[in-house]
Amino acid sequence: MAQPGKPIDPMHQFEVQKLVDLQFFGRDLSFTNASLWMLIAIGVITLIMVYGTARRELVPGRLQSLAEMAYEFVASTLTGATGKDGMQFFPLVFSLFMFVFAANLLGMIPGSFTVTSQIVVTAAFAVLVIGVVVIAGVIKHGTHFFGLFVPSGVPAPILALMVPIEIISFLSRPVSLSLRLFGNMLAGHIVLKAFGGLAVMLLGAGAWAALAPVPLIMAVAVTALEFLVAFLQAYVFTILTCVYLNDALHPGH
Amino acid sequence: MRLVTALMIAAVLTVPALAAGDGGGHRFPPFDARTFPGQIFWLILSFGALYLLMSRVALPRVGAVLEHRRETIDGNLRAAEAAQKQAEAAAQAHEQALAKARANAQAIAQEARAKSAREIDAKRQGVEQDLARKMIAAEQAIAETKAKAMEHVGDIAREAASAIIEQLGGKKPTAAALNKALGAAAGE
Repeated sequence: MAQPGKPIDPMHQFEVQKLVDLQFFGRDLSFTNASLWMLIAIGVITLIMVYGTARRELVPGRLQSLAEMAYEFVASTLTGATGKDGMQFFPLVFSLFMFVFAANLLGMIPGSFTVTSQIVVTAAFAVLVIGVVVIAGVIKHGTHFFGLFVPSGVPAPILALMVPIEIISFLSRPVSLSLRLFGNMLAGHIVLKAFGGLAVMLLGAGAWAALAPVPLIMAVAVTALEFLVAFLQAYVFTILTCVYLNDALHPGH
Repeated sequence: MRLVTALMIAAVLTVPALAAGDGGGHRFPPFDARTFPGQIFWLILSFGALYLLMSRVALPRVGAVLEHRRETIDGNLRAAEAAQKQAEAAAQAHEQALAKARANAQAIAQEARAKSAREIDAKRQGVEQDLARKMIAAEQAIAETKAKAMEHVGDIAREAASAIIEQLGGKKPTAAALNKALGAAAGE
Protein backbone atom coordinates (compact mmCIF):
# COMPACT_ATOMS: atom_id res chain seq x y z
CA MET A 1 0.00 0.00 0.00
CA ALA A 2 1.46 3.31 -1.01
CA GLN A 3 1.19 5.84 1.75
CA PRO A 4 0.63 9.42 0.69
CA GLY A 5 3.86 11.34 0.47
CA LYS A 6 5.96 8.18 0.36
CA PRO A 7 7.33 6.60 -2.80
CA ILE A 8 5.60 3.38 -3.80
CA ASP A 9 7.47 0.59 -2.06
CA PRO A 10 7.00 -2.78 -3.78
CA MET A 11 8.38 -4.55 -0.71
CA HIS A 12 5.81 -3.12 1.65
CA GLN A 13 3.33 -5.88 0.76
CA PHE A 14 5.70 -8.51 2.20
CA GLU A 15 6.06 -6.85 5.59
CA VAL A 16 4.79 -8.86 8.53
CA GLN A 17 2.71 -6.62 10.74
CA LYS A 18 1.63 -7.44 14.24
CA LEU A 19 -2.09 -7.53 14.82
CA VAL A 20 -2.11 -8.98 18.34
CA ASP A 21 1.04 -8.92 20.41
CA LEU A 22 1.81 -12.33 21.90
CA GLN A 23 4.95 -13.35 23.75
CA PHE A 24 5.57 -16.99 24.65
CA PHE A 25 8.72 -18.63 26.03
CA GLY A 26 10.44 -15.29 25.59
CA ARG A 27 9.76 -15.41 21.88
CA ASP A 28 7.68 -13.09 19.77
CA LEU A 29 4.79 -15.26 18.59
CA SER A 30 2.50 -12.37 17.82
CA PHE A 31 -0.62 -12.85 15.72
CA THR A 32 0.35 -11.06 12.51
CA ASN A 33 -1.12 -10.48 9.10
CA ALA A 34 0.83 -13.59 8.04
CA SER A 35 -0.92 -15.62 10.74
CA LEU A 36 -4.26 -14.13 9.73
CA TRP A 37 -3.88 -15.17 6.08
CA MET A 38 -2.71 -18.63 7.09
CA LEU A 39 -5.92 -19.00 9.09
CA ILE A 40 -7.97 -17.59 6.20
CA ALA A 41 -6.32 -20.14 3.90
CA ILE A 42 -7.20 -23.08 6.11
CA GLY A 43 -10.65 -21.54 6.62
CA VAL A 44 -11.26 -21.50 2.87
CA ILE A 45 -9.94 -25.05 2.48
CA THR A 46 -12.07 -26.24 5.40
CA LEU A 47 -15.12 -24.55 3.91
CA ILE A 48 -14.65 -26.47 0.67
CA MET A 49 -13.46 -29.78 2.03
CA VAL A 50 -15.48 -30.13 5.25
CA TYR A 51 -18.56 -27.93 4.85
CA GLY A 52 -18.80 -28.63 1.11
CA THR A 53 -18.87 -32.39 1.63
CA ALA A 54 -21.05 -32.35 4.74
CA ARG A 55 -24.10 -33.63 2.87
CA ARG A 56 -22.18 -36.47 1.14
CA GLU A 57 -24.37 -36.16 -1.93
CA LEU A 58 -24.35 -38.84 -4.59
CA VAL A 59 -24.82 -36.12 -7.19
CA PRO A 60 -22.48 -33.41 -5.91
CA GLY A 61 -23.29 -29.74 -5.68
CA ARG A 62 -20.79 -27.00 -6.49
CA LEU A 63 -18.65 -27.07 -3.36
CA GLN A 64 -18.67 -30.86 -3.21
CA SER A 65 -17.65 -31.02 -6.88
CA LEU A 66 -14.77 -28.72 -6.06
CA ALA A 67 -13.75 -30.89 -3.11
CA GLU A 68 -13.96 -34.06 -5.19
CA MET A 69 -12.04 -32.48 -8.04
CA ALA A 70 -9.25 -31.44 -5.64
CA TYR A 71 -9.24 -34.91 -4.08
CA GLU A 72 -9.01 -36.72 -7.39
CA PHE A 73 -6.48 -34.29 -8.82
CA VAL A 74 -4.05 -34.71 -5.92
CA ALA A 75 -4.75 -38.45 -5.69
CA SER A 76 -3.96 -38.98 -9.38
CA THR A 77 -0.83 -36.83 -9.11
CA LEU A 78 0.35 -38.84 -6.10
CA THR A 79 -0.43 -42.30 -7.46
CA GLY A 80 1.01 -41.28 -10.83
CA ALA A 81 4.37 -40.48 -9.22
CA THR A 82 4.56 -43.09 -6.46
CA GLY A 83 2.09 -45.83 -7.30
CA LYS A 84 -0.70 -47.13 -5.08
CA ASP A 85 1.38 -47.39 -1.88
CA GLY A 86 2.02 -43.64 -2.01
CA MET A 87 -1.56 -43.11 -0.80
CA GLN A 88 -0.36 -43.40 2.82
CA PHE A 89 1.09 -39.90 2.31
CA PHE A 90 -2.10 -38.62 0.72
CA PRO A 91 -3.27 -36.47 3.67
CA LEU A 92 0.12 -34.76 3.83
CA VAL A 93 0.40 -34.17 0.08
CA PHE A 94 -3.20 -33.04 -0.13
CA SER A 95 -2.81 -30.61 2.78
CA LEU A 96 0.39 -29.24 1.25
CA PHE A 97 -1.17 -28.73 -2.17
CA MET A 98 -4.32 -27.13 -0.81
CA PHE A 99 -2.45 -24.88 1.59
CA VAL A 100 0.05 -23.67 -1.00
CA PHE A 101 -2.62 -23.26 -3.67
CA ALA A 102 -5.00 -21.43 -1.33
CA ALA A 103 -2.19 -19.20 -0.02
CA ASN A 104 -1.05 -18.41 -3.58
CA LEU A 105 -4.56 -17.55 -4.74
CA LEU A 106 -5.44 -15.56 -1.62
CA GLY A 107 -2.26 -13.59 -2.24
CA MET A 108 -3.84 -12.40 -5.50
CA ILE A 109 -6.47 -10.44 -3.57
CA PRO A 110 -5.34 -6.80 -3.59
CA GLY A 111 -4.17 -5.74 -0.16
CA SER A 112 -3.84 -9.30 1.11
CA PHE A 113 -0.72 -10.97 2.40
CA THR A 114 0.91 -13.78 0.44
CA VAL A 115 1.87 -16.43 2.97
CA THR A 116 3.96 -18.34 0.43
CA SER A 117 6.06 -15.28 -0.42
CA GLN A 118 7.82 -15.72 2.92
CA ILE A 119 10.92 -17.87 2.62
CA VAL A 120 10.52 -19.12 6.16
CA VAL A 121 7.17 -20.65 5.23
CA THR A 122 8.33 -22.32 2.03
CA ALA A 123 11.48 -23.50 3.78
CA ALA A 124 9.42 -24.99 6.58
CA PHE A 125 7.36 -26.91 4.02
CA ALA A 126 10.50 -28.09 2.23
CA VAL A 127 12.03 -29.25 5.53
CA LEU A 128 8.79 -31.04 6.36
CA VAL A 129 8.76 -32.83 2.99
CA ILE A 130 12.42 -33.84 3.09
CA GLY A 131 12.09 -34.82 6.76
CA VAL A 132 9.17 -37.09 5.93
CA VAL A 133 11.07 -38.53 2.96
CA VAL A 134 14.19 -39.33 4.99
CA ILE A 135 12.39 -40.67 8.05
CA ALA A 136 9.85 -42.71 6.08
CA GLY A 137 12.66 -44.03 3.88
CA VAL A 138 14.75 -45.11 6.87
CA ILE A 139 11.74 -46.67 8.62
CA LYS A 140 10.72 -48.62 5.52
CA HIS A 141 14.09 -49.60 4.13
CA GLY A 142 16.61 -49.06 6.96
CA THR A 143 20.12 -48.38 5.74
CA HIS A 144 19.04 -49.65 2.35
CA PHE A 145 17.44 -46.22 1.89
CA PHE A 146 20.89 -44.67 1.57
CA GLY A 147 21.42 -46.83 -1.50
CA LEU A 148 19.65 -43.86 -3.05
CA PHE A 149 23.06 -42.18 -3.13
CA VAL A 150 24.82 -45.16 -4.74
CA PRO A 151 23.80 -45.65 -8.36
CA SER A 152 23.93 -49.33 -9.25
CA GLY A 153 26.17 -50.72 -12.00
CA VAL A 154 28.74 -47.94 -11.70
CA PRO A 155 32.45 -48.84 -11.27
CA ALA A 156 34.07 -47.94 -7.94
CA PRO A 157 36.30 -45.04 -9.08
CA ILE A 158 33.34 -43.27 -10.61
CA LEU A 159 31.27 -44.02 -7.51
CA ALA A 160 33.70 -41.92 -5.52
CA LEU A 161 32.62 -39.03 -7.71
CA MET A 162 28.96 -40.02 -8.06
CA VAL A 163 28.09 -40.46 -4.39
CA PRO A 164 29.00 -36.89 -3.35
CA ILE A 165 27.11 -35.57 -6.36
CA GLU A 166 24.07 -37.62 -5.44
CA ILE A 167 24.27 -36.44 -1.84
CA ILE A 168 24.59 -32.81 -2.90
CA SER A 169 21.70 -33.18 -5.31
CA PHE A 170 19.59 -34.71 -2.54
CA LEU A 171 20.49 -31.93 -0.12
CA SER A 172 19.75 -29.27 -2.69
CA ARG A 173 16.19 -30.57 -3.05
CA PRO A 174 14.74 -28.73 -0.05
CA VAL A 175 16.63 -25.59 -1.08
CA SER A 176 15.28 -25.63 -4.63
CA LEU A 177 11.84 -26.70 -3.44
CA SER A 178 11.54 -23.75 -1.07
CA LEU A 179 13.31 -21.16 -3.22
CA ARG A 180 11.23 -21.97 -6.31
CA LEU A 181 7.92 -21.29 -4.62
CA PHE A 182 9.22 -18.33 -2.62
CA GLY A 183 10.95 -16.76 -5.62
CA ASN A 184 7.99 -17.16 -7.93
CA MET A 185 5.51 -15.66 -5.53
CA LEU A 186 7.84 -12.83 -4.46
CA ALA A 187 8.89 -11.89 -7.98
CA GLY A 188 5.37 -12.05 -9.37
CA HIS A 189 4.00 -9.76 -6.70
CA ILE A 190 6.91 -7.33 -7.06
CA VAL A 191 6.36 -7.15 -10.82
CA LEU A 192 2.64 -6.57 -10.29
CA LYS A 193 3.34 -3.83 -7.81
CA ALA A 194 6.00 -2.27 -10.00
CA PHE A 195 3.70 -2.04 -13.02
CA GLY A 196 0.83 -0.79 -10.88
CA GLY A 197 3.08 1.77 -9.22
CA LEU A 198 4.45 2.88 -12.58
CA ALA A 199 0.93 3.47 -13.89
CA VAL A 200 0.11 5.59 -10.84
CA MET A 201 3.35 7.55 -11.10
CA LEU A 202 2.84 8.23 -14.81
CA LEU A 203 -0.67 9.49 -14.10
CA GLY A 204 0.78 12.03 -11.71
CA ALA A 205 3.52 13.15 -14.11
CA GLY A 206 1.74 15.63 -16.36
CA ALA A 207 1.98 14.80 -20.07
CA TRP A 208 3.48 11.39 -19.29
CA ALA A 209 0.00 10.36 -18.13
CA ALA A 210 -0.70 9.51 -21.77
CA LEU A 211 1.64 6.53 -21.34
CA ALA A 212 -0.05 5.30 -18.16
CA PRO A 213 -2.25 2.69 -19.94
CA VAL A 214 0.88 0.79 -21.04
CA PRO A 215 1.94 -0.38 -17.57
CA LEU A 216 -1.73 -0.78 -16.69
CA ILE A 217 -2.19 -3.26 -19.55
CA MET A 218 1.01 -4.97 -18.47
CA ALA A 219 -0.31 -5.19 -14.92
CA VAL A 220 -3.51 -6.83 -16.20
CA ALA A 221 -1.50 -9.31 -18.27
CA VAL A 222 0.82 -10.09 -15.37
CA THR A 223 -2.20 -10.59 -13.11
CA ALA A 224 -3.48 -13.27 -15.49
CA LEU A 225 -0.03 -14.82 -15.58
CA GLU A 226 0.14 -14.73 -11.78
CA PHE A 227 -3.07 -16.73 -11.49
CA LEU A 228 -1.46 -19.34 -13.71
CA VAL A 229 1.73 -19.21 -11.65
CA ALA A 230 -0.29 -19.53 -8.43
CA PHE A 231 -1.67 -22.86 -9.62
CA LEU A 232 1.47 -23.98 -11.41
CA GLN A 233 3.76 -23.44 -8.43
CA ALA A 234 1.37 -25.25 -6.10
CA TYR A 235 1.29 -28.09 -8.61
CA VAL A 236 5.07 -28.13 -9.07
CA PHE A 237 5.55 -28.14 -5.32
CA THR A 238 3.13 -31.04 -5.02
CA ILE A 239 4.51 -33.16 -7.83
CA LEU A 240 8.09 -32.68 -6.62
CA THR A 241 6.93 -33.74 -3.16
CA CYS A 242 5.44 -36.85 -4.77
CA VAL A 243 8.65 -37.56 -6.67
CA TYR A 244 10.71 -37.25 -3.48
CA LEU A 245 8.25 -39.46 -1.60
CA ASN A 246 8.67 -42.01 -4.37
CA ASP A 247 12.38 -42.14 -3.45
CA ALA A 248 11.41 -42.94 0.13
CA LEU A 249 9.06 -45.71 -1.01
CA HIS A 250 11.17 -47.15 -3.80
CA PRO A 251 14.84 -46.23 -3.27
CA GLY A 252 17.39 -47.36 -5.82
CA HIS A 253 17.80 -46.23 -9.37
CA MET B 1 0.34 -39.71 10.20
CA ARG B 2 2.08 -40.03 13.57
CA LEU B 3 5.35 -39.32 11.79
CA VAL B 4 4.09 -36.03 10.44
CA THR B 5 2.72 -35.02 13.83
CA ALA B 6 6.04 -35.84 15.51
CA LEU B 7 7.92 -33.83 12.91
CA MET B 8 5.67 -30.85 13.50
CA ILE B 9 6.20 -31.01 17.24
CA ALA B 10 9.97 -31.25 16.72
CA ALA B 11 9.84 -28.28 14.40
CA VAL B 12 7.82 -26.12 16.76
CA LEU B 13 10.41 -26.75 19.46
CA THR B 14 13.59 -26.28 17.43
CA VAL B 15 12.95 -23.91 14.56
CA PRO B 16 12.15 -20.81 16.61
CA ALA B 17 15.34 -21.42 18.54
CA LEU B 18 17.36 -21.65 15.31
CA ALA B 19 15.69 -18.60 13.90
CA ALA B 20 16.11 -16.53 17.01
CA GLY B 21 18.92 -14.48 15.54
CA ASP B 22 18.04 -10.94 16.39
CA GLY B 23 18.82 -7.80 14.52
CA GLY B 24 17.56 -4.35 13.98
CA GLY B 25 17.14 -1.92 11.22
CA HIS B 26 15.08 -2.05 8.08
CA ARG B 27 15.51 -5.28 6.17
CA PHE B 28 14.23 -7.03 3.11
CA PRO B 29 10.98 -8.19 4.73
CA PRO B 30 11.02 -11.89 3.73
CA PHE B 31 14.52 -12.18 5.19
CA ASP B 32 13.67 -10.44 8.44
CA ALA B 33 14.51 -13.18 10.93
CA ARG B 34 12.58 -11.45 13.70
CA THR B 35 9.35 -12.55 12.08
CA PHE B 36 10.46 -16.17 11.65
CA PRO B 37 9.51 -17.64 15.05
CA GLY B 38 6.03 -16.16 14.87
CA GLN B 39 5.48 -17.27 11.28
CA ILE B 40 6.76 -20.77 12.01
CA PHE B 41 4.60 -20.99 15.11
CA TRP B 42 1.43 -19.94 13.31
CA LEU B 43 2.28 -22.01 10.27
CA ILE B 44 2.67 -25.15 12.38
CA LEU B 45 -0.53 -24.33 14.21
CA SER B 46 -2.60 -23.68 11.08
CA PHE B 47 -1.02 -26.36 8.91
CA GLY B 48 -1.29 -28.85 11.76
CA ALA B 49 -4.97 -28.03 12.12
CA LEU B 50 -5.43 -28.30 8.37
CA TYR B 51 -3.62 -31.65 8.32
CA LEU B 52 -5.79 -33.02 11.11
CA LEU B 53 -8.99 -31.75 9.51
CA MET B 54 -8.06 -33.18 6.14
CA SER B 55 -6.74 -36.54 7.34
CA ARG B 56 -9.45 -37.17 9.95
CA VAL B 57 -12.55 -35.56 8.46
CA ALA B 58 -12.44 -34.32 4.89
CA LEU B 59 -10.41 -36.92 2.99
CA PRO B 60 -12.07 -40.04 4.46
CA ARG B 61 -15.43 -38.42 3.76
CA VAL B 62 -14.63 -37.52 0.16
CA GLY B 63 -13.05 -40.94 -0.34
CA ALA B 64 -16.20 -42.61 1.01
CA VAL B 65 -18.42 -40.45 -1.20
CA LEU B 66 -16.37 -41.30 -4.30
CA GLU B 67 -16.33 -44.99 -3.36
CA HIS B 68 -20.07 -44.98 -2.75
CA ARG B 69 -20.67 -43.28 -6.08
CA ARG B 70 -18.43 -45.75 -7.90
CA GLU B 71 -20.27 -48.64 -6.27
CA THR B 72 -23.66 -47.13 -7.09
CA ILE B 73 -22.70 -46.57 -10.70
CA ASP B 74 -21.24 -50.07 -10.99
CA GLY B 75 -24.34 -51.54 -9.36
CA ASN B 76 -26.64 -49.63 -11.67
CA LEU B 77 -24.59 -50.64 -14.69
CA ARG B 78 -24.76 -54.28 -13.61
CA ALA B 79 -28.52 -53.99 -13.07
CA ALA B 80 -28.93 -52.36 -16.47
CA GLU B 81 -26.90 -55.13 -18.08
CA ALA B 82 -29.02 -57.79 -16.35
CA ALA B 83 -32.21 -56.01 -17.41
CA GLN B 84 -30.97 -55.83 -20.98
CA LYS B 85 -30.15 -59.53 -20.97
CA GLN B 86 -33.58 -60.24 -19.55
CA ALA B 87 -35.20 -58.12 -22.23
CA GLU B 88 -33.21 -59.89 -24.90
CA ALA B 89 -34.26 -63.27 -23.52
CA ALA B 90 -37.88 -62.12 -23.42
CA ALA B 91 -37.64 -60.89 -27.01
CA GLN B 92 -36.17 -64.22 -28.05
CA ALA B 93 -38.90 -66.15 -26.23
CA HIS B 94 -41.50 -63.92 -27.84
CA GLU B 95 -40.03 -64.56 -31.28
CA GLN B 96 -39.96 -68.28 -30.64
CA ALA B 97 -43.56 -68.24 -29.50
CA LEU B 98 -44.47 -66.24 -32.58
CA ALA B 99 -42.70 -68.70 -34.88
CA LYS B 100 -44.37 -71.61 -33.13
CA ALA B 101 -47.78 -70.00 -33.42
CA ARG B 102 -47.18 -69.32 -37.10
CA ALA B 103 -46.18 -72.95 -37.68
CA ASN B 104 -49.26 -74.09 -35.77
CA ALA B 105 -51.50 -71.84 -37.79
CA GLN B 106 -50.00 -73.14 -41.01
CA ALA B 107 -50.53 -76.74 -39.89
CA ILE B 108 -54.12 -76.03 -38.94
CA ALA B 109 -54.80 -74.27 -42.22
CA GLN B 110 -53.27 -77.11 -44.19
CA GLU B 111 -55.27 -79.67 -42.27
CA ALA B 112 -58.46 -77.71 -42.79
CA ARG B 113 -57.72 -77.40 -46.49
CA ALA B 114 -57.00 -81.14 -46.75
CA LYS B 115 -60.14 -81.98 -44.78
CA SER B 116 -62.37 -79.79 -46.89
CA ALA B 117 -60.83 -81.23 -50.06
CA ARG B 118 -61.53 -84.73 -48.81
CA GLU B 119 -65.11 -83.83 -47.95
CA ILE B 120 -65.65 -82.21 -51.34
CA ASP B 121 -64.19 -85.25 -53.06
CA ALA B 122 -66.45 -87.56 -51.10
CA LYS B 123 -69.53 -85.44 -51.82
CA ARG B 124 -68.67 -85.20 -55.48
CA GLN B 125 -68.18 -88.94 -55.73
CA GLY B 126 -71.54 -89.50 -54.01
CA VAL B 127 -73.25 -87.12 -56.38
CA GLU B 128 -71.52 -88.65 -59.39
CA GLN B 129 -72.52 -92.17 -58.33
CA ASP B 130 -76.06 -90.98 -57.71
CA LEU B 131 -76.15 -89.37 -61.14
CA ALA B 132 -74.70 -92.48 -62.76
CA ARG B 133 -77.34 -94.61 -61.02
CA LYS B 134 -80.13 -92.26 -62.11
CA MET B 135 -78.79 -92.25 -65.67
CA ILE B 136 -78.74 -96.04 -65.76
CA ALA B 137 -82.32 -96.11 -64.39
CA ALA B 138 -83.42 -93.54 -66.97
CA GLU B 139 -81.74 -95.53 -69.78
CA GLN B 140 -83.52 -98.67 -68.59
CA ALA B 141 -86.87 -96.84 -68.48
CA ILE B 142 -86.25 -95.52 -72.01
CA ALA B 143 -85.31 -99.00 -73.22
CA GLU B 144 -88.45 -100.47 -71.61
CA THR B 145 -90.66 -97.81 -73.04
CA LYS B 146 -89.04 -98.33 -76.45
CA ALA B 147 -89.49 -102.10 -76.26
CA LYS B 148 -93.11 -101.62 -75.18
CA ALA B 149 -93.62 -99.18 -78.01
CA MET B 150 -92.08 -101.61 -80.47
CA GLU B 151 -94.46 -104.32 -79.23
CA HIS B 152 -97.45 -102.17 -79.92
CA VAL B 153 -96.14 -101.28 -83.42
CA GLY B 154 -97.31 -104.75 -84.81
CA ASP B 155 -100.77 -104.41 -83.31
CA ILE B 156 -101.11 -100.89 -84.64
CA ALA B 157 -99.90 -102.02 -88.09
CA ARG B 158 -102.38 -104.94 -88.07
CA GLU B 159 -105.24 -102.72 -86.99
CA ALA B 160 -104.26 -100.12 -89.50
CA ALA B 161 -103.88 -102.75 -92.28
CA SER B 162 -107.16 -104.36 -91.29
CA ALA B 163 -108.89 -100.98 -91.34
CA ILE B 164 -107.29 -100.05 -94.73
CA ILE B 165 -108.30 -103.41 -96.24
CA GLU B 166 -111.81 -103.11 -94.78
CA GLN B 167 -112.10 -99.65 -96.33
CA LEU B 168 -110.70 -100.81 -99.70
CA GLY B 169 -112.31 -104.24 -99.95
CA GLY B 170 -115.26 -103.77 -97.73
CA LYS B 171 -114.41 -106.99 -95.99
CA LYS B 172 -112.45 -107.57 -92.86
CA PRO B 173 -109.43 -109.76 -93.60
CA THR B 174 -108.86 -112.80 -91.44
CA ALA B 175 -106.32 -112.62 -88.76
CA ALA B 176 -104.27 -115.41 -90.33
CA ALA B 177 -104.06 -113.74 -93.72
CA LEU B 178 -103.20 -110.47 -92.08
CA ASN B 179 -100.43 -111.96 -90.01
CA LYS B 180 -99.03 -113.72 -93.09
CA ALA B 181 -99.02 -110.56 -95.15
CA LEU B 182 -97.52 -108.51 -92.32
CA GLY B 183 -94.87 -111.19 -91.69
CA ALA B 184 -93.97 -111.09 -95.40
CA ALA B 185 -93.71 -107.25 -95.25
CA ALA B 186 -91.61 -107.35 -92.10
CA GLY B 187 -89.43 -110.01 -93.73
CA GLU B 188 -88.58 -107.86 -96.80
